[in-house]
Amino acid sequence: MTALIEADELVRIYEVRRGLFGRSSPVRAVDGISLAVMPGETLGIVGESGSGKSTLGRMLLGLDPAQSGEVRFEGSPMPKYGTSGWRALRAKMQLVYQDPLAALDRRLTIAAQISEPLDIHRLVPKEHQAARIAELMAAVGLRSDQAGRFPHELSGGQRQRAVIARALASRPKLLVCDEPVSALDVSIQAQVVNMLRDLQEKNGIAMVFISHDLKVVRNIADRVAVMYLGRVVEEASSDVIFRLPQHPYTKALVSSVPIPGKPLEGRVILQGEPPNPANRPSGCAFHPRCPVARDICRTSVPALRRTGNGRTAACHAVAGETASVETLRRRA
Amino acid sequence: MSAAKPDLVALRDLKVAFDGVQVLHGIDLNVAKGEALGLVGESGCGKSVTWLAALGLLPGKAAVTGSVRVDGRELCGARRAALEEVRGGRIAMIFQDPSSSLNPVLRIGRQIVEALYIHRGLRGDAARVEALRLMDMVGIPDAARRFDLYPHEFSGGQCQRLMIAMALAGQPDLLIADEPTTALDATIQAQILDLLNTLRAETGMALVFISHDLGAVSQVCERVCVMYAGRIVEEGSVAQLFSEPRHPYTRGLFDAIPRIDGPRDRLIPIPGTVPNPKHLPAGCSFSPRCPRAVDACGSDYPHLEPQGDGRRLACTRPVPVVTRGDAERRIPEGLMS
Repeated sequence: MTALIEADELVRIYEVRRGLFGRSSPVRAVDGISLAVMPGETLGIVGESGSGKSTLGRMLLGLDPAQSGEVRFEGSPMPKYGTSGWRALRAKMQLVYQDPLAALDRRLTIAAQISEPLDIHRLVPKEHQAARIAELMAAVGLRSDQAGRFPHELSGGQRQRAVIARALASRPKLLVCDEPVSALDVSIQAQVVNMLRDLQEKNGIAMVFISHDLKVVRNIADRVAVMYLGRVVEEASSDVIFRLPQHPYTKALVSSVPIPGKPLEGRVILQGEPPNPANRPSGCAFHPRCPVARDICRTSVPALRRTGNGRTAACHAVAGETASVETLRRRA
Repeated sequence: MSAAKPDLVALRDLKVAFDGVQVLHGIDLNVAKGEALGLVGESGCGKSVTWLAALGLLPGKAAVTGSVRVDGRELCGARRAALEEVRGGRIAMIFQDPSSSLNPVLRIGRQIVEALYIHRGLRGDAARVEALRLMDMVGIPDAARRFDLYPHEFSGGQCQRLMIAMALAGQPDLLIADEPTTALDATIQAQILDLLNTLRAETGMALVFISHDLGAVSQVCERVCVMYAGRIVEEGSVAQLFSEPRHPYTRGLFDAIPRIDGPRDRLIPIPGTVPNPKHLPAGCSFSPRCPRAVDACGSDYPHLEPQGDGRRLACTRPVPVVTRGDAERRIPEGLMS
C-alpha cells in the first residue's frame, strides 16, 4: 500500500531579525523531517511549543514552502502553493486549527460557512447543497436549528464542530488537526475526540493530529512522532511509545503528564527550558537537559535509527541499527 | 476536614452578579493556615471569580454580597486601605499569563524591589539582596546577572517563576494561584508544580490552586472543591475525591480525562454543555447533563451538606459508595496509605 502523504527530508528555515536593526539569523523550524501517513491512519505529532510541529503541519498541506525536501500526496509531488493544481488538491486535504472563533467568519451563519468549500470546489449542485449541509451538521452533532446561527451564538465545542463540518464538506482524504481540542473543557474535549474518531472510522480519513496533550494523542493516534527543536526524536505506535518510551525526552514528556491521584514524587522532572531554535545546542539538541547525556552527545547529532518492532529513535544512548533510517531508505 | 488548624480565610454565602446575572450562588469555604486547597471546574464555573471577588478585584459593575473574613476581619465592603493591607501582604495572587502580569518596560529586578518596598518597606541594598534571594528561591539561575533584564528576555516558565517571586515578596500567608501552569509546556508545568510544593514546605504558606486540570490539582493539593455553574458541588480530601467521587459531575470529570496508560478506548464525555448563567436550569444546574437525575432534581436545588466521611456534597442522588474491594482496585497507586 502506498502512503497517502509522504514527507521527505523537509526543511523550513525562517529568517528572524534580532531587534529593529539587528542582523537576521536563520531559525531551522523544521530540520529534515521524513514521515509517511497511510490512508485511514492517524499520526500524532507531539512536542513542546517551538518544536516546529505546527510548521510541519502547514508544510504537509503545502501552505508553507519547504526550502528543501519534498511532500508527495498519493505518490505524486505536491504542486506549488497557489497554483490551480494545488487548489484542486486542497479539497482532499483540510486543516483544523485550535481556535474555532478565529477560523470562522463572524459575519456568516454556520450553514454559509459550511457551504463555502462546496462552492469553491464546485462539489455539489446548488439544489442539493442544503441537504449536504444538513448531512454534515448531523455528522458532527450539530442541531439543524443551529444552521442559521452565527459563530458567537455557539459554545466553543459547537464552534469546533462547525469547523470540522466545514473541513469534511469536500470529503477530504487527509485532515491535519493542529491542537483541535486544546481550547476546550475536559468534558467537551472528550465529545470532540470521540466524534473525530467516529468520523475517521466511517469515512476512512487519514489524520495528522498535532497536540501538546499526550493524553489526547494516546487516545486518537495509531502512531506517534515526538518532535524536539525541529526534528523527530522518536516514533512508534501509540500503544508502546507512552508505555515504554525509549528516548530520554519522550520519557520526560510522559513522566510530566500529571495523572490524577499520582503524587509528584518519583517522576522525572526535566530541568531547564526548551532551547531557542535560533540558538540550537551542538550535537544532540536535547543534551543540555538530558539526564543521560555523554560526551558524544555534545559533539555529534544522533541520526534517527530503527530500534526494532517498527520503532525509531534518535539517541546515542538507545541501542539500535547502526545505519540511519535515511541511509537505509536511500539504499532501497 | 480542617478542624485541627485555625481558619485563615472564611468565605460565607459569597455571591456575585454581573449586570443582574448571578454567576456565583453563595460560596461557603474555609482555608486553614498552611493547607493546600484545589478549586476545579470547567470554564465559567466561577472558580476564579470566587477569589477575585474575595479580594475586591472585580470591576465596579460586579455586585458582591456575603462575607469574606481574613483572620476574623471582614473584607467584603471594606475600605480600600483595609483591602490593600491584605492584598499582596496577607494574600497574594498569581495568574495564568505571567507575561501580561509583568510590566514590560520595567526591569525585572525593579519590579520585585517595588513589591518589597510596598509590602515590607525594604529599600536600597537590603531590597536588592532580598530580591536576589527570592529569585534564587524560585529557581532563576544566575539571578545577579539577570536582575536588570526585561520580562521579554525571560521564557514563559521563568516569567511565572518571577511572578511567584513577586508574590512571595510580601511574605503572604496565602498564595492564590489561578491556572498558573495552563499556558506552560508539560515539562515546565511539572517544574512549576514542583516549585509550588517546595515553597509551601519551606514557608508554610497556604495555597489555593485554581485549575481545570484534575491531574495538576492532585499533585499539589490536600483538599479539593469541585465547582459547577457558580456553586460548590463536592468537597473532600484529594484521596477521597479521587478514589471515590460521589457527585455525578465529579465522577463525569474523572471519566472524561483521557488516560495515558491503559488501552486506547473511547473517551467518556459528559453530554451537553455548561449552562449559560443567564438561563440556569431549574433545580440542580447539573441535572440536564446528569445520568442519575430524577424528576425531583429539576425542581429542588440540593444544598451542600456535610457527609459522614468528612466531605461535603450537593446531590440528592449521589454515585453509590462502591464496596471495599472495588474501591481498592480503583484507588491510584501512591494514595493508598
